[in-house]
Amino acid sequence: MSRRHQNFRNYRQEQRLTQRRIMAAAVFVLLLVIVLMARLFYLQVLEHELYQTKANDNRVMLVTEPPPRGLIYDRNGVVLADNRPIHSLTVIPERVENFPKLKKMLSGIIDISDSEWEDFDDRLKEYRRPYQSLTLKSQLTDEEWAKISVDLYKLDGVQVEAQLTRYYPYGEAFAHAIGYVGRITSKDLERVDKLAYQGALFIGKTGLEGYYERTLFGEAGLSKVEVNARGRIMSELERQNPTPGKDLHLYLDARLQQYAYDLLGDYTGSVVAIDPTTGGILALVSKPGFDPNLFVRGISVKDYAALRKSKKLPLFNRALRGGYPPASTIKPFMGLAGLEYGFSSWTERYFAKGYYQINPDGRRYRDWKRTGHGWINLERSIIESVDTYYYQLANKMGITPIHSFLSRFGFGQSNLLDLDGESSGLLPSNEWKKAKYKEPWYPGDSVNVGIGQGFMVATPVQIASATSALASKGHYYYPRMAKTIGEKPAEFPNGQGGEHDIILKDQRNWDRMIDAMRKVVTDSHGTARRLQGTEYDIAGKTGTGQVFSLQEDEEYDSDKLEKRLHDHALFIGFAPAKNPKISVFAIFENGGSSSKPADLTKALFDAYLYDNYPARYDYLKGKKND
Amino acid sequence: MTDSLYRRVVSFTNARLWQLVHIDVLLIGSLLLLICGGLFILYSASGQNVAMVERQVFRLVIGLLLCLTLAQLPPKYMRRASPALFAFITVLLIGVLLFGVGAKGAQRWLALPGGLRFQPSEIMKIVMPMMIAWYFSDRQLPPNFKQILAVLGLIVLPVLLIAKQPDLGTSLLVAVSGIFVLFLAGLGWRYILSAAALAPIAGYTLWQFMHDYQRQRVLTFLNPESDPLGSGWNIIQSKTAIGSGGVYGKGFLEGTQAQLDFLPESHTDFIIAVLAEEFGMLGCGILIFAYLLVISRGLYIAAHAEDNYARLLAGSLTLTFFVYMFVNIGMVSGILPVVGVPLPLVSYGGTSIITIMATFGILMSIQTHKRAR
Repeated sequence: MSRRHQNFRNYRQEQRLTQRRIMAAAVFVLLLVIVLMARLFYLQVLEHELYQTKANDNRVMLVTEPPPRGLIYDRNGVVLADNRPIHSLTVIPERVENFPKLKKMLSGIIDISDSEWEDFDDRLKEYRRPYQSLTLKSQLTDEEWAKISVDLYKLDGVQVEAQLTRYYPYGEAFAHAIGYVGRITSKDLERVDKLAYQGALFIGKTGLEGYYERTLFGEAGLSKVEVNARGRIMSELERQNPTPGKDLHLYLDARLQQYAYDLLGDYTGSVVAIDPTTGGILALVSKPGFDPNLFVRGISVKDYAALRKSKKLPLFNRALRGGYPPASTIKPFMGLAGLEYGFSSWTERYFAKGYYQINPDGRRYRDWKRTGHGWINLERSIIESVDTYYYQLANKMGITPIHSFLSRFGFGQSNLLDLDGESSGLLPSNEWKKAKYKEPWYPGDSVNVGIGQGFMVATPVQIASATSALASKGHYYYPRMAKTIGEKPAEFPNGQGGEHDIILKDQRNWDRMIDAMRKVVTDSHGTARRLQGTEYDIAGKTGTGQVFSLQEDEEYDSDKLEKRLHDHALFIGFAPAKNPKISVFAIFENGGSSSKPADLTKALFDAYLYDNYPARYDYLKGKKND
Repeated sequence: MTDSLYRRVVSFTNARLWQLVHIDVLLIGSLLLLICGGLFILYSASGQNVAMVERQVFRLVIGLLLCLTLAQLPPKYMRRASPALFAFITVLLIGVLLFGVGAKGAQRWLALPGGLRFQPSEIMKIVMPMMIAWYFSDRQLPPNFKQILAVLGLIVLPVLLIAKQPDLGTSLLVAVSGIFVLFLAGLGWRYILSAAALAPIAGYTLWQFMHDYQRQRVLTFLNPESDPLGSGWNIIQSKTAIGSGGVYGKGFLEGTQAQLDFLPESHTDFIIAVLAEEFGMLGCGILIFAYLLVISRGLYIAAHAEDNYARLLAGSLTLTFFVYMFVNIGMVSGILPVVGVPLPLVSYGGTSIITIMATFGILMSIQTHKRAR
């Protein structure tokens, strides 16, 4: 008997059983629906804020827009550092599906060097916001730009971006004063606000570009944008425009700078011109310079090696870091020191032989004039640059008063207000020698310092600013580059515009010393008498710095020496002597005779005081004249 | 006033005319409500793609026609055809493994002449409960142990065939539809409880059979943050969409997760997240309520069906429909693993809409072919 034909089935009972089960299922359904609603309640009510934040983090992205960099002008409004639009080939790595394929396609269109690819790969590994473009090749030529534009639609993730880049129109003569910007490295980013520099290509590396980086950079614009899952910007939610960087107006005179650079000729050297009434630097020349635009573009390894290896050290900023013996240019300051401490007077006479000895049998410190100068006084010691006078004076004084007096003129310290990297030179002292050589200070050390040799080392900027202080009769201005920043006069952190007064016990000594320096030119025996014949008075002092020490009785014979061992030729001067508007320090390295820097200085005075530049400098004239 | 309105509604739904054309007004009404709401969400989820919505409407119309056609077929014919259908579809499933076509490493379709494709596993979702219900239709309930084993045997073969394609989601749903019949037939509670106790062992066995991508889904489910940009992305983004919607939502077409493409699969499996983001918990509540209307009508039809076959079949089909919904919302909201089950009648996609509409045709047939008492 099969079950199919059972007659005793209770259909009603079976119906009730299945109906009960359907009821049970219904209850189950309701329970599970409650679970779902509880889950939705948890996500949408309890955790709502968390997920709202997550959703906003997804879609809202902060985009920074680099501000246009402030320009740098000379005193007459000549643009020394400009912004120029360039087109760069950039890549958004997230949009590139196949790099090797892209590489192949791109190389069929324009030339991209291996080093550009290497550079790109390196930067790809650095910290970067997703979907931020990376520059592959900057400064496309118009031809390259046109070629790539045609095929752009085929190249996923590749775009051509217009950017502003720095351009230095007058190149190498200004490189050491203005400095340059270069591509931002990850090292640079460690010392700046990463957010502000997002999207920025360049950062000031040296010179004014480096010192005034924050001022010139401005404030990055910030916009909140809505992006989709693939990083495409859908809309802008909020926007804060970038604040352009502030312009710098310098004391620098572009024509004077270029003229001085050219006047140095084939010599290496430096010229620093300062306005004694303000401390503003009118010219800051270090020769040779280099083309700063190379660094903006990203200098090639070959070019950089050439600059590094050049014997003329073009990357070395002589004006700020060159350590030279001030030589005889120190004499006016030394003379004032003697007067100040009562070791010399204007009337006291001294018999100048061809040499000086501390002890009767001791070493002979030779004068530049073998026959000696005969009976002289302080004034004549300046006019004829009598070495023996200063040997004896320094020996009498000892190093301590010399040190304290010359410190007031800024020797032995860095003084530039708005450029970094200045060397402090060396103004020796007892303590210094003990610390450095574990030896006491010998009288002979003082004798050498008396004529600005020996241990003493100074930079062109130091000597120029000391000269400027002398010209303004003791008003020492810390040298400075910027006249105005933006619309406001430049202010400097160290106090009242960075200046102090040097008060002498007898203030009349300023005039006497300036007069003596005037006679360096006007006197028939003056060492700079070749500068005679100007309509205005020049006060000056020559100097020849020994590069290499002669033996006691050896003669200096320039013909026998290699040029690199020739003496450095120095000159300090200011004009007009009564009411100076410009003071200059010039040095021709291994220039031999001080006639070269003296002639250069006179040429600068003529040009600057009478606006009498050779016509070839008209392009640097600018709009306004003061 | 309300009384007379109620009466009018009742008289409308009970009208003999509907009975004659074999339409259950309450079921079709709640289905249409759900479908309209679904199209509305799809419009937003597809990025306002009208063509996509039109294609979905086309499928729904086909499904509706199939539904109305099946409603004309008396349940007794279905019952008689059940074993043959089951055997036929099982053979087709074997055919899929041998000659099937497919994509992404899975082989789910049979190619028909004329470029059409056909997925036997979808049909098995209906045929499986038909078969088990047929098995119980002339046996005394509740089932004894031997019968239970026999039924499990019937369930296992097609389930394994589907799992081998591999299509874990569908195979589980097919198994569930068969097991529901067993449950409704009065499977003893002691069996149910011991099965629950054995579930961990079964789970482990299942794990051994899983493909890597299936295991990955489970692992991602357990800890979506472990791979936020890879396999965890979907679930993190869907939870974010749901949670950020809040109580009232961000407004129609205003969901940032959905409209800015952060939400993956937004028009297919994850479509509920779009609703949750744009209409909040309120919108989800209304949608789930519409589902409950459909399900409660289905369970009502099952409870009042004429014989065991009809009861078991109608109940199982309704519960399976609920399981689709529950599994989908559960996975999108992060309480179940992502198993690739669409939201029934709302998600964009062809095959499942047709099968689901067919099940409601069967339900209407069961309701409208009762002999008058």
